[in-house]
Amino acid sequence: MKALSIRNLRKTYNNGFEALKGIDLDVEVGDFFALLGPNGAGKSTAIGIISSLVNASAGSVSIFGHDLHSDRTQAKTCIGLVPQEINFNQFDTVKNILINQAGYYGLPRKLALQRTELCLKQMDLWEKRDTVSRRLSGGMKRRVMIARAMVHAPKLLILDEPTAGVDIEIRRAMWKMMEAVNQQGTTIILTTHYLEEAESLCRNIAIIDQGKIVENSDMSSLLAKLQVDHFVMDLAQPLAAAPQIDGFKMELLTDKSLAVAVPKQSGLNQLFSELTQRNIQVISLKNKTNRLEQLFMDLVDAKTAGSQP
Amino acid sequence: MNHRIAFKTIVIKEIFRFVRIWPQTLLPPAITTALYFLIFGKLIGDRIGMVNGATYMDYIVPGVILMSVISHAYANVVSSFYSTKFQHNIEELLVAPVPNWVILGGYVTGGIVRGLLVGLVVGLIAQIFDDIAIQNWWITLSVAFLTATLFALAGFINAVLAESFDDISIIPNFVLTPLSYLGGVFYSVTMLPPIWQTISIGNPILYLVNAFRYGFIGISDVDIGLAYTMIGSSIVIMTLISLYLLHKGTGIKN
Repeated sequence: MKALSIRNLRKTYNNGFEALKGIDLDVEVGDFFALLGPNGAGKSTAIGIISSLVNASAGSVSIFGHDLHSDRTQAKTCIGLVPQEINFNQFDTVKNILINQAGYYGLPRKLALQRTELCLKQMDLWEKRDTVSRRLSGGMKRRVMIARAMVHAPKLLILDEPTAGVDIEIRRAMWKMMEAVNQQGTTIILTTHYLEEAESLCRNIAIIDQGKIVENSDMSSLLAKLQVDHFVMDLAQPLAAAPQIDGFKMELLTDKSLAVAVPKQSGLNQLFSELTQRNIQVISLKNKTNRLEQLFMDLVDAKTAGSQP
Repeated sequence: MNHRIAFKTIVIKEIFRFVRIWPQTLLPPAITTALYFLIFGKLIGDRIGMVNGATYMDYIVPGVILMSVISHAYANVVSSFYSTKFQHNIEELLVAPVPNWVILGGYVTGGIVRGLLVGLVVGLIAQIFDDIAIQNWWITLSVAFLTATLFALAGFINAVLAESFDDISIIPNFVLTPLSYLGGVFYSVTMLPPIWQTISIGNPILYLVNAFRYGFIGISDVDIGLAYTMIGSSIVIMTLISLYLLHKGTGIKN
């Protein structure tokens, strides 16, 4: 049994825009799965259909073996959704938001109170339980949405850009929380524009572009496809022009900063050897972009180029 | 899945919402109707004399109460559900395994409770100005309940179809209020010229007000059976329309 199984899912909006062009996708039980894609690629539409916020035009969605169309109640019971935008009642207290959500899922009051306490403590929000939600900081509001999505103990948690707009400290704290939730057995599907987040948290990945799945594999296999690493080197002495070294593409960013593309088969030793021969001293070296980000851009760019007449 | 708990959750949330803002929801009708009773019922009414065998105060009390029930049952659902849509809180319900009939039932029940509570408040205010006696409790309560249900459903449909805050004020201001004032709240249609009597027959609020008045003082310009049939059939039609709109996701799903 899969946590999520999608077959030939299609969505055409009333204005004729075809957001999904027949996607197939499987997510294993217990997985931490990344669903990535550029803006307008169709990932929000896919998540909207899975979570019953958007009506599909065709295709099927099955959640833990329950068909979303024919076995709707059971399928919905398995899902918890953390949407992109803040969508709770900003005039309600944190505690009431969770208790009401538990009620919608049919949890008796006593159990709802227990689950509310547990989830708020897990998200480090218990002290804020009686605060009216509009008075919370942006990061706290994001955590309220995660706590709300978990209050009925869903088997599948869908996180649609959960860390958008929060600072790095809170983002890293939220990563730890998400990892803990996943380790407790909850399957997680994550969409994010922070590809570092997807690379560090997720085991499997699908990339969606122009309504189609363009890549679907495990993270390590996908990263292994990366043929070229991009680095930025800080130099001890200024250069007038980028050095010409066979097999390496170089670009001078500033007079003391050099961008270099290193093919996997060449490696860094050869590069440093060539630079040393030219009396170029390197002070520090860092990745120009996140590896997944580079791969993502390569895939999307290739797809875009291929679709042009 | 226990839908009873989901239903109860929506109803409690709705009742807390309007009780929490009682200066906006419960106080204004008390003040407005007190002024109606003082000016129309006492100061002017004493000079009007009897209408169809009842004092003018006795004659207008049922209509004023029902007018409050209508406007507040409608206002509660239209403002609450539209705000829920506007803030995207509706997604909390759409994601959860809550059937459409539970969503509809929960919001409509909230509207009914507010409509009846406001009706009770207005009734108590009326008691200050007049010695109110109810001839037929069953008719009085059933018409009040059915009227609140009907207009709560109408408010729900308005909220589902509304795309802006302007859209939720157009019907109350330009349809409900004129129909209420022209629905025989302050006069008997028998006092109108024949042409206006005929036109008034097309006003649904005329039937509701007269059926409710019949429960209070046993006087009606319309057939009570016809009034019940009209209210009942309207409730069925509006329920079906509401469920269809929810099923299609009109205004609430992308």
